[in-house]
Amino acid sequence: MTDKVQRITSVFSSSIGKKLIVAFTGVILTGFVVGHMLGNLQVFLGQDKFNTYASFLQGLGELLYVVRGMLLLAVILHIYFSIKLALENREARPIPYAVKKYREASYASRTMHYSGIIVFAFIVYHILHFTLGKVHPQYYHYIDPKGRHDVYSMVILSFRNPLISGTYIVSMFLLAWHLSHGFSSLFQTLGLNNARLRPVLGTLGTLLAWAVFAGYVSIPLAAWTGILKLPPGVLP
Amino acid sequence: MDGNSETSTGGAAMTLDAKIPAGPLVEKWERHKFEMKLVNPANKRKFHCIIVGSGLAGASAAATLAELGYNVECFCYQDSPRRAHSIAAQGGINAAKNYQNDGDSVFRLFYDTVKGGDFRSREANVYRLAQVSGSIIDQCVAQGVPFAREYGGNLTNRSFGGALVSRTFYARGQTGQQLLLGAYQALCRQIDAGNVKMFPRTEMLELVLVNGKARGIVVRNLVTGKISSHAADAIVLATGGYSNVFFLSTNAVGCNTTAIFRAYKKGALFANPCFTQIHPTCIPVSGDHQSKLTLMSESLRNDGRIWVPKKAGDKREPQAIPEADRDYVLERKYPTYGNLAPRDIASRAAKQVCDEGRGVGPSGLGVYLDFSEAISRLTEHTVRERYGNLFQMYEKITGENPYRMPMRIFPAPHYTMGGLWVDYNLMSNIPGLHVVGEANFSDHGANRLGASALMQGLADGYFILPYTLGHYFASTKPEKVDSSHAEFRKAEEEVRERLKKFLSIRGKRTTTSFHRELGQLMWNECGMSRTDASLRKALQRIPEIREEFWRNLDVLGSHDELNTSLERAGRVADFIELAELICQDALHRTESCGGHFREESQTEEGEALRDDDHFCYVAAWEHQGVGKPPSLHKEALQFENVHLAQRNYK
Amino acid sequence: MDLTLYVWRQKDAKDSGRLEKYPAKSIDPNMSFLEMLDVVNEGLIQQNIEPIAFDSDCREGICGTCSMTINGIPHGPERGTTVCQLHMRKFKDGDAIYIEPFRARAFPVLRDLITDRSAFDRIIQAGGYVSINTGGVPDGNAIPVPKVAQEEAMDAAQCIGCGACVAACKNASAMLFVSAKVSHLALLPQGAVERKRRVLNMVGQMDAESFGSCTNQYECEAVCPKEISVQFIARMNREYLQGRVLPEA
Repeated sequence: MTDKVQRITSVFSSSIGKKLIVAFTGVILTGFVVGHMLGNLQVFLGQDKFNTYASFLQGLGELLYVVRGMLLLAVILHIYFSIKLALENREARPIPYAVKKYREASYASRTMHYSGIIVFAFIVYHILHFTLGKVHPQYYHYIDPKGRHDVYSMVILSFRNPLISGTYIVSMFLLAWHLSHGFSSLFQTLGLNNARLRPVLGTLGTLLAWAVFAGYVSIPLAAWTGILKLPPGVLP
Repeated sequence: MDGNSETSTGGAAMTLDAKIPAGPLVEKWERHKFEMKLVNPANKRKFHCIIVGSGLAGASAAATLAELGYNVECFCYQDSPRRAHSIAAQGGINAAKNYQNDGDSVFRLFYDTVKGGDFRSREANVYRLAQVSGSIIDQCVAQGVPFAREYGGNLTNRSFGGALVSRTFYARGQTGQQLLLGAYQALCRQIDAGNVKMFPRTEMLELVLVNGKARGIVVRNLVTGKISSHAADAIVLATGGYSNVFFLSTNAVGCNTTAIFRAYKKGALFANPCFTQIHPTCIPVSGDHQSKLTLMSESLRNDGRIWVPKKAGDKREPQAIPEADRDYVLERKYPTYGNLAPRDIASRAAKQVCDEGRGVGPSGLGVYLDFSEAISRLTEHTVRERYGNLFQMYEKITGENPYRMPMRIFPAPHYTMGGLWVDYNLMSNIPGLHVVGEANFSDHGANRLGASALMQGLADGYFILPYTLGHYFASTKPEKVDSSHAEFRKAEEEVRERLKKFLSIRGKRTTTSFHRELGQLMWNECGMSRTDASLRKALQRIPEIREEFWRNLDVLGSHDELNTSLERAGRVADFIELAELICQDALHRTESCGGHFREESQTEEGEALRDDDHFCYVAAWEHQGVGKPPSLHKEALQFENVHLAQRNYK
Repeated sequence: MDLTLYVWRQKDAKDSGRLEKYPAKSIDPNMSFLEMLDVVNEGLIQQNIEPIAFDSDCREGICGTCSMTINGIPHGPERGTTVCQLHMRKFKDGDAIYIEPFRARAFPVLRDLITDRSAFDRIIQAGGYVSINTGGVPDGNAIPVPKVAQEEAMDAAQCIGCGACVAACKNASAMLFVSAKVSHLALLPQGAVERKRRVLNMVGQMDAESFGSCTNQYECEAVCPKEISVQFIARMNREYLQGRVLPEA
């Protein structure tokens, strides 16, 4: 019986255990992506509403740090275990095929690591930009008429910079690309899939991914085309 | 009582004691179970047994013996025990459960099997088979075999092979696969527990006797080529049948006779070798490249109609042949049973019309199995529901759509009722050598009924051998022998010499070309119907093939590596010698019975005519040397519970 | 028809191996793929070249022995078909065909196209069974099984253990194979008793055999000759999670 006990490895070293962690953290991150998008879309409600939302978030105080901590942990675990699995998976076939064809695997599913890494790089840049103001500080120091940090103007001014909005759109495309496989994949890994759910989840995943893309990208496009207007007195 | 013996033509007199227990038929097995000696559970670990083959019989025996506590080694040539050819059985497994309340009973299954076997099997063995058939189903269900169910959750049955009761259990068209996986999983559990040591990709090449008892085998590791010896207190052969003597058969390409033939050459008797079964519904040969034949379930004959053109040489497309020019041959000859006539009868009818030049398809070796009437009567949808997977398989292989074109079918060798002679305890005439499943001759007489092969393999392995082998151990107390014994060294040397011989000939012909030639000869002269002249012709030709084989064979590579040609060469060498034995048996049995049809012995209507006065016995052959006629030992068959009668399917 | 074959030749497990080019001339479209290789082999022997070693046995699509990757797809271009059931009419005159062994670290090549798939046996040995001995079982009808459960169990149980799922997977993952057995037994009342122990042991052994893990791309299902559904992988994940979290009943 001793060898049987040894067979049962810990969650963190078993393949399915690691996959489950990636999936659970994937659920958290997907939730954040959707929530963050809904929050951002308030930019269309105008400067006051949007800055109110921003200052509400800032005013959460310790809770905000708890949430940020959890998100950070989720990102770290998601990336750490994905890379660990990817390295193991690469080792599982040391000699490649001379000719290899795919029948089913989508291009998105085969490029999850690349899309994931680029999205991660974007997140770092994005936080440095909008949260910390370390890059593009020229857009960071506006104050709105109520004396609050003018996030609204920062967003519009930033997105009128073609380099910034270009990077943003490309990154959002990759995020959607990542989600288009990731979303239905979460359900499969968590064991919440069957013959009837499978086509539904597939369609839902694609819809969600491109809804996220449309939602996020609508902001730079609106800023660029002038649908989102700068408040009076704010000069580019 | 029965099981007495008689020896004729040459060879030393030998007692052929079938060891059938005394008492009424229904009590024999119960009484025998009580009378057999038991091994002390604490001592079971000390008894080693070797099982060669991991199909239904081998895997079930290995698992069960290991569960009982014996020390088991199991060998198979496949890369995994799960791949043995039992896996290909489609139809189902019979059991006298009477779940359908349609009047089935142990006695009825026994009766049908004896009659179906054309009265050439042992009553006591067959009755025991019917008795344990129900336990097999229980065992397999408990293992998780997903047999077909009713909505209420109970097991469902179908009727099969012309039986008048519904007693066949099935798992879609993959019953053999599911039963084998059940036995394989039980075997895996014992491997994990350390009670069975498994040797896949390992082929038995010699049986080793010490002091007249079977004490071990010599094997070749098919990956490294290493020759090694394994000693045991008993040897069990579960290596299946020898249909591949015909080259083209429904068997797997690796199926071979080597294990049982090596035992035969060491003195084990080979019983009824000429009892071979030809299955009527196989996909016809498409060309010289053909490597095997594919069986289509017999159930197709429930709705398909068999026909050929009335005129010889009519090469019109089937749809272009009007009704008036068609001959529905089985319906015409057997109006009662029609297209459902038994396997041997349907097969011969197909051969006959092809011999008359009325065969269809490019080779002229085929008859139509036409579903157009069924499609118009039942709708294509219903036909698809019933036979969809079979139609799909047919289309895959032939490239023709059987919903539009009638299928073409032709008979093919499928099962061998003959095999090593065993007594009631499944032991051959060599003490310690046991033979189970298709490899022995015991239960099917001259013809096997559909869905009975799986039943017999599992009965032997799960419920008979585990008892009788214990009795052998307890009553003989085998002396200590290990693989360092001189007999093993000698056998290993012989095996090496033989392998080197194959490699050193360096002639001009490949193994396959010899096998193909042998198969063609056997099919033509000793196939569905046999005559004195055809058998004599074969017996003249086979020694010539054998002589050329050993002179003109070409096998490349070496013996100490993975060498598939070398493996095949050894198997074909044994097939060539076996072919001679089959023809000798067929020549001596001048009656027709079951799968053995002698044209000289038929009724006025052209039906098989048995000769119970002269041939109501098991013909067990003893090897006398290559090229020398074997000597015949007879085990007389007595029928006390079923009356000898001519089969009639008109 | 005439074809050009590029076949992986490798003397033994230690050899590094290479693709060799062989012509295959006058091939009959009615041949199966393996019969085509038989014909090529007969020709090679006549030229004193050792024949191409490949595994095959039943040649009717059920034993799971035959295994090769044809033009980048395990078992070749026809769906739901083993190599032995693939016929040459699926190819065109003049085609170039690349034939490679199933590739995975867990399936080392033994010679040419023959690989060692005993890792699958060891996974079954780790728990792919119902722990009962022969005898002492109830009557077959004493355990009613809902027809739906039996049908679904059968869908999983028809796996032939060929390893195409591993060969097709980008990660050489064995999860379709393992999940088919886990699901077959978990779906039936007979097998449900030890379902937790079984899934943990089998997954543990699967990992120890250095297969990769599933990234939900479903190539396995697309090449499976029995078209076994990836829904069983979801079921195995669920079984695993339950086996981890819930106490053994």
